[in-house]
Amino acid sequence: MKYLKNLYKYRNLMYEIIRKNIKLQYRDSVLGMFWTFLQPLLTTIILVIIFGNVFGKSNKEIVNYPIYLLCGRLLYEFYSQSTKRAMRSIRNSASVIKKVYVPKYIYPVANVLSNFVTFCISLSVLVCFIIFFVATGKNPPHITGYMFLAPVPIIILMILAVGVGLILSTLDVFFKDIDYLYEVFCLLLFYLTPIFYHLGSLHMTNKYFLTFIKANPLYSITEMFRCCVLYGRMFSINHLLYALGFSVASVLIGILLFYRKQDKFILHL
Amino acid sequence: MSKPAIVVENMSMMFNLNKEKVDNLKEYFIKLVTRKLHFTEFWALQDINLTVNKGDRVGVLGFNGAGKSTLLKVISGVMKPTKGSVKTCGVIAPMLELGAGFDMNYSGKENIYLYGATMGYSRKYIEDRFDSIVEFSELKDFIDVPVKNYSSGMRARLGFAIASAVEPDILILDEVLSVGDAKFRKKSENKIKSMFDKGITVLFVSHSTDQVLSICNKAIILDHGKIIAQGSAQEVCAQYTEMVNSGKGK
Repeated sequence: MKYLKNLYKYRNLMYEIIRKNIKLQYRDSVLGMFWTFLQPLLTTIILVIIFGNVFGKSNKEIVNYPIYLLCGRLLYEFYSQSTKRAMRSIRNSASVIKKVYVPKYIYPVANVLSNFVTFCISLSVLVCFIIFFVATGKNPPHITGYMFLAPVPIIILMILAVGVGLILSTLDVFFKDIDYLYEVFCLLLFYLTPIFYHLGSLHMTNKYFLTFIKANPLYSITEMFRCCVLYGRMFSINHLLYALGFSVASVLIGILLFYRKQDKFILHL
Repeated sequence: MSKPAIVVENMSMMFNLNKEKVDNLKEYFIKLVTRKLHFTEFWALQDINLTVNKGDRVGVLGFNGAGKSTLLKVISGVMKPTKGSVKTCGVIAPMLELGAGFDMNYSGKENIYLYGATMGYSRKYIEDRFDSIVEFSELKDFIDVPVKNYSSGMRARLGFAIASAVEPDILILDEVLSVGDAKFRKKSENKIKSMFDKGITVLFVSHSTDQVLSICNKAIILDHGKIIAQGSAQEVCAQYTEMVNSGKGK
């Protein structure tokens, strides 16, 4: 109860930080906010050109390669950007935390949320892609009522990002090495998540490796998302339960870790 | 009426002084394995008992390293005391080094809202006071300029203007009146005095006994983490001047 009251009092700070992050992200650039749209568009085009011939062949399963790729890329980008920013948030706000009392969890959480806003804007690229392929009739995505379930994987992903962000921001205060380690980890994650390839079209001989990929919650989340917007069918309940369980567990661990260590932050900043 | 605004009971603050700061994993493990993790305990504050009544203006005097800033940080809630307890009543506006909550790439105007939110005030609340903040800081022409282009005096002025505009119950001033030019210093001193009438409680750190005498009605002297004198501003200031002259303490 005390915590909720505190959160309510500082909700303005949360809002101001989200606002600040978004406003400052593209300040001084000519195209400004338009980059949230342009950047995923351009990178997706590049990836389609590079991998389209190799992985884009199995159209039966993945329906439409550009949309398939864009789904994975958008979700991955949101996850990696928001967790990276959350990780550095405590360190970056050291000057404030050292001088004024503020509930510290606001910083990692606000950084995830501000990235979530830009992510939602960048979803318009996906909408454009879908409209384009439906209009031209070339491998159109299967549009069904399941599309309205698309927020489910997105929200699970956000929960996951908040949890991981809390854990990383705590660790980052004590060990700056996490910065570099996590950078490498994110690259690994990019290849371990079926973003530009399709798991079914890889002729995997090693069963352990396959399980390893499937254990990645980002795999479950992207598959769920693709089911909604691309395949036009219900996502599997196993994916839902696994991703949700993983996300909630990460948030619980994050809160516990953050709560236990937050009084020591000031001594290490 | 005289309900205490700040009650500090048996409060102690301890720091681990490691000889070298270990901040990467490799070093940490090497030192852990070779058992070279030395910590020396350092008590920045010991057994502090302090009660500040509502409406009191307390000057905190002491030499460098006596624990003044640590005391203010503990009272403002930035640090948690190792032992003992601190109870405060009402909104605290800390002015420990003004402008700490500013974002350098943000304009002055945007920073006013950000700084206000850092202290827990809503956008609406700040909006109502926006004009008086700008007027007081004398930065009308620069309000849309990013704060990174401000001079340190301008930053301090803006910070002071915001913190004094929000009408806190407890105001914590850590040598802030030593920034800015003489004219602004006079102006902010008057501003603080005008806030006394509203029953504001002030904790004021300074090295200048003149400033303490003109602002405070009570004072304490900290030395090596202990309160060695406590009483009316005149008495304590006289004692402090004596300490300075005799070169005692540090």
